[in-house]
Amino acid sequence: MTRTEMEARVRELLVDLAPEFEADAIDPDEDLRQQLDIDSMDLHQLATSLFEVYGVDIPESERADLVTLRAIVDWLDAHVSR
Amino acid sequence: MGDVFEFVMPSLGADMERGVLVEWLVTVGQHVDRGDLVAVVETDKGAIEVEIWTPGTVAELVVPEGSDVPVGTVLARLSGASATADPAPSAPPAADAPPAEPSPEPAPTPVVAVPPHSGRASPWARHLAAERGVDLTGVVGTGPGGAIVGADVPQARTKPVAAGTDADAMRRAVARAMERSKREIPHYYLGTEVDLTPTLAWLERRNAAVPPPQRVLPAVLFLAAAARAVREVPQVNGFWKDGRLEVSEAVHLGVAISLRGGGLVAPAVRDADRLDLGGLMAALDDLVRRARRGRLRGSEMTDATLTTTSMGDRGVSDIQGVIYPPQVAIVGFGRVVERPWIVDGAILPRSVVRVTLAGDHRAHDGHTGGLYLSAVANLLTNPESLA
Repeated sequence: MTRTEMEARVRELLVDLAPEFEADAIDPDEDLRQQLDIDSMDLHQLATSLFEVYGVDIPESERADLVTLRAIVDWLDAHVSR
Repeated sequence: MGDVFEFVMPSLGADMERGVLVEWLVTVGQHVDRGDLVAVVETDKGAIEVEIWTPGTVAELVVPEGSDVPVGTVLARLSGASATADPAPSAPPAADAPPAEPSPEPAPTPVVAVPPHSGRASPWARHLAAERGVDLTGVVGTGPGGAIVGADVPQARTKPVAAGTDADAMRRAVARAMERSKREIPHYYLGTEVDLTPTLAWLERRNAAVPPPQRVLPAVLFLAAAARAVREVPQVNGFWKDGRLEVSEAVHLGVAISLRGGGLVAPAVRDADRLDLGGLMAALDDLVRRARRGRLRGSEMTDATLTTTSMGDRGVSDIQGVIYPPQVAIVGFGRVVERPWIVDGAILPRSVVRVTLAGDHRAHDGHTGGLYLSAVANLLTNPESLA
């Protein structure tokens, strides 16, 4: 899986959480909480989806830093085995 | 052979005056049982899937799809209706449309396990599937007999849709309910602060031992404590009806959910006091997802016996709620904040939450409300008792 494919999948998961938004319109560098108005339940659902899709478990200690699309994709790029 | 039963446009909240019959989920000649989904109704708070609580056979669909009708309008007639029917959601309301009367006994939870798509799908579901380019093969139906209904049709991945709600209409609906609350209910307000530090450490250990899908959020501890504290102080759980407090034996906990783009709904987690933390987390997860897609069920909109509102991790630390009539209390949980706290004579940084109660002073007094809040606080500081 390429990084581009990974980013597209994360965009899909985010739009699944916030159907009011277009996948292509998500700014990779803007804080997702402000950009999509998502809360702790949304972030829990995203972490669960990433676990189910990629089999990865983002440590609680690192989650505070993963608040942009780019940060999430960077983390996946470094941790998902291909 | 039973009687003819008239299924009417239900009142799905204290503020609902009319609704649009969007889709029939049953056909003439079909048998329906208690709790079957029979129609999709569009309200100011989005599309609601409406159950029926009277078994029988559909004899006539009186109102065609797309009709905008007042609450109480006859939508369909059933023949062979059982005399043991629960009249709750179908009781014709008065002209000024009071909220649906709560069920005298708990209706069955409408969520049931059903097999994957076996070929039956409602016309609306087929329409949505065609519109979204979705193949219904493998889709799990939640309609009568496992039929696929509109809500089961997956969203097209690249074409997000609106949540099915009109922000202005929802604002008006919230306004009507809150106006009624503040006009009729003499609120009293109480609050207490709870040191959650040991509880959050317990939750972190619990979550670390299980995979992500089985983890629970601190908000779920709040729901569990609010629901189980009712066992100790039941007077906060029920309705003000006909000039007296009617305590509910069942604890159906309303959860205030804010919708992106504005608006608020407070559907109920049924029998919340009987669910463990995992069950409550699953119920909350499901409610939030469906609320934000405008696909809640009628019983969820009318059954709440007590409501909670939580500010989450981005809100403020204190909230004073407005009671949703005809309920008699609302419990509030502020954002968990770091505060200086005295522990064994030393000042230490601790994680603290402010828990509040707005009570209906016609139904109970501050003493009762204080006992309830104390019970909530005790449960929150003993999380093992909530597991």
